Amino acid sequence: MDDMMLLTFLATLAGAAWRLATPLIFASIGEIFSERAGVLNIGLEGTMLVGAFCGFATAFATDSVLLGLIAGIAGGMVFGLIFAFFTITIKADQIVVGAALNLLGLGLTAFLFRTYYVSTGKGIEIAQPINIPWLSDLPFIGEAFFRQNLIVYSTILVTILAALVLYRTSFGLTLRAVGEHPRAADVAGRNVAAYRYSAVLVGTGLAGLGGAFLTLGHSNQFVEGITSGRGFIALAVVVFARWSPIGAFFVSLLFGLFYALQLMLQAQASIVVPYQLLQALPYIMTIITLVVVRGKGAAPSKLGQPYDMR
Amino acid sequence: MEQVNQGRENVYPQAAQAFYRTLSQAAISAATPIAAVLVALAFGAALLWVNGFNGSDVVTVMIFGSFQDMRSVGEILLKATPLILIGAGLCVAFRCSIWNIGAEGQLYVGAIAATLVGTNLEGLSVWVHAPLVMLAGAVAGAAWAGIAGYLKVRFQASEIVTTIMLNYIAIILTSYLVTGPMKDASAAYPQSARLLREAWTPRIVSDMRLHIGILVAVVLAVALYIFLQKSSRGFALRVVGLNPHAARYAGMNVKRNVMIAICISGAMAGLAGAFEVAGVTHRLYQNISPGYGFEGIAVALLANNNPLAAIISGGLFATLRSGSEVLQITSQVPQVLVLVIQGIVILSVVAFAKLRDTLRIVA
Repeated sequence: MDDMMLLTFLATLAGAAWRLATPLIFASIGEIFSERAGVLNIGLEGTMLVGAFCGFATAFATDSVLLGLIAGIAGGMVFGLIFAFFTITIKADQIVVGAALNLLGLGLTAFLFRTYYVSTGKGIEIAQPINIPWLSDLPFIGEAFFRQNLIVYSTILVTILAALVLYRTSFGLTLRAVGEHPRAADVAGRNVAAYRYSAVLVGTGLAGLGGAFLTLGHSNQFVEGITSGRGFIALAVVVFARWSPIGAFFVSLLFGLFYALQLMLQAQASIVVPYQLLQALPYIMTIITLVVVRGKGAAPSKLGQPYDMR
Repeated sequence: MEQVNQGRENVYPQAAQAFYRTLSQAAISAATPIAAVLVALAFGAALLWVNGFNGSDVVTVMIFGSFQDMRSVGEILLKATPLILIGAGLCVAFRCSIWNIGAEGQLYVGAIAATLVGTNLEGLSVWVHAPLVMLAGAVAGAAWAGIAGYLKVRFQASEIVTTIMLNYIAIILTSYLVTGPMKDASAAYPQSARLLREAWTPRIVSDMRLHIGILVAVVLAVALYIFLQKSSRGFALRVVGLNPHAARYAGMNVKRNVMIAICISGAMAGLAGAFEVAGVTHRLYQNISPGYGFEGIAVALLANNNPLAAIISGGLFATLRSGSEVLQITSQVPQVLVLVIQGIVILSVVAFAKLRDTLRIVA
């Protein structure tokens, strides 16, 4: 009986881990695109917040999860456009601009939420789990992996697609060249700025999607600062995953596990550990991750540097 | 043209000439931040107007509304204290190219240490206890920042990520302490015991909340300016920030300079935390800071990483923060408007600085 309970616990844990990893998977794979092209976007947190808010507001108005997701992606890309204009076109410091976008994202979403939504107190319809026929009836595994909503399933598709685009297309090849050796790409006739713009837009679109998942696929509400540091944790995921989309998928799952553990252990009355220690777990693990995976060996060599044609 | 200029140069004594040059340089470097603030205020006004509020409130209420009497000026200076401390400290870190985004966490840890020292050690005189509390805050803040510094120099862990994670950890730690071990048993609300009277930061005028922290902040900002500009250590920090390879080649210890820079910024944030507890609330609470640590980043950037200018930009952001509180009360405008204005200030500073460089190249 105890073994059964443990198995059930583990199955629920695995399912929750995948769900909680989903925003990290989207955001970190997006950031990989942008960093591979040489652009470090620490404004990810603000971008995810914008995605979460746009998704919420759109679903609130239209009752459509799909439109909400599209709005989340679009909102993220608008922020991406601002980021790209400042860092690529006028070559401002990427960290300074990222910090500004984090403030803007938090401020704008909180401002609009308090102005229009906070008093309604109403939630929205969220994406419902889809039981995959036959597989979802499997013991334990069914519960963990085959009763998720469509957004969670789509992380696999996005991961594979991202890996294919980065490593198997000429677009991906050029994108990586732009991050490693922009001058060479430039001399070869590629438009460095255009590639960096598209990388940032892909990245922020995915970050917006990750944010939108929080309101449309996870909780049914927007809360100020709902991302609670996931944008920053995604930056650490990218380092740990050595800038590989498939790596980012599994590292995100690991972080999802920390989140899930924290939630499930909090619910267990018998655990004597203070809940704050569990709350701090993902943040502590992020630091440990950066220490364990030391060095910048795999980082794109021109990461963070504007490219000057002169 | 050349000759005319040369002729004029001879007329003026050298000192006056140098004065004129400094003045015009100051005017040019002041133009950028002023323009940036104006753009941000215009954006704020537009945001209010679009969402059905009164746009002109940004000027009439936010700027002028907070200067009603001596008391409201005192409240602005009270808010300016942590902003100047943190902003000036971050100038040092940013000059060394250390992206310390963790001032918020360093502030919390400083507040915890100040509370520990301020609620214990009974029987000390105010001349000993109050400074001891400040020292405890500064040391704790420096140590917390030092973790990120050590992880950077030892393991090349990005300080951007580690300082942000340490923010969350410090805030969660505070919440644990005031609901658990440090909780005032007699209170229903999570809060620590009250600091002993001798540990309180002395007030400037007895019937106003303003305490001597503002003076300490201004003195330290000036001191950091002199340190950065005139001392050899400050020079080394700046060289490391501009080009670590050149610094190493010139025989400077890059790692030690990185540690010093991040610990100075941490100490300043920790001191700000100590003042919040010992000067304002006299107890530790879960949310002791309304985001001063993040606002300090904007203060430093608006000051172009010059600690002296951080005094002015800190005062400006404190005014905006006070004003946004007034605006919330009078017109129900959500106070988070101030975050939007901060973000736009940073973006405009960046844009105008680039514009100025471009104009200089063209000219």
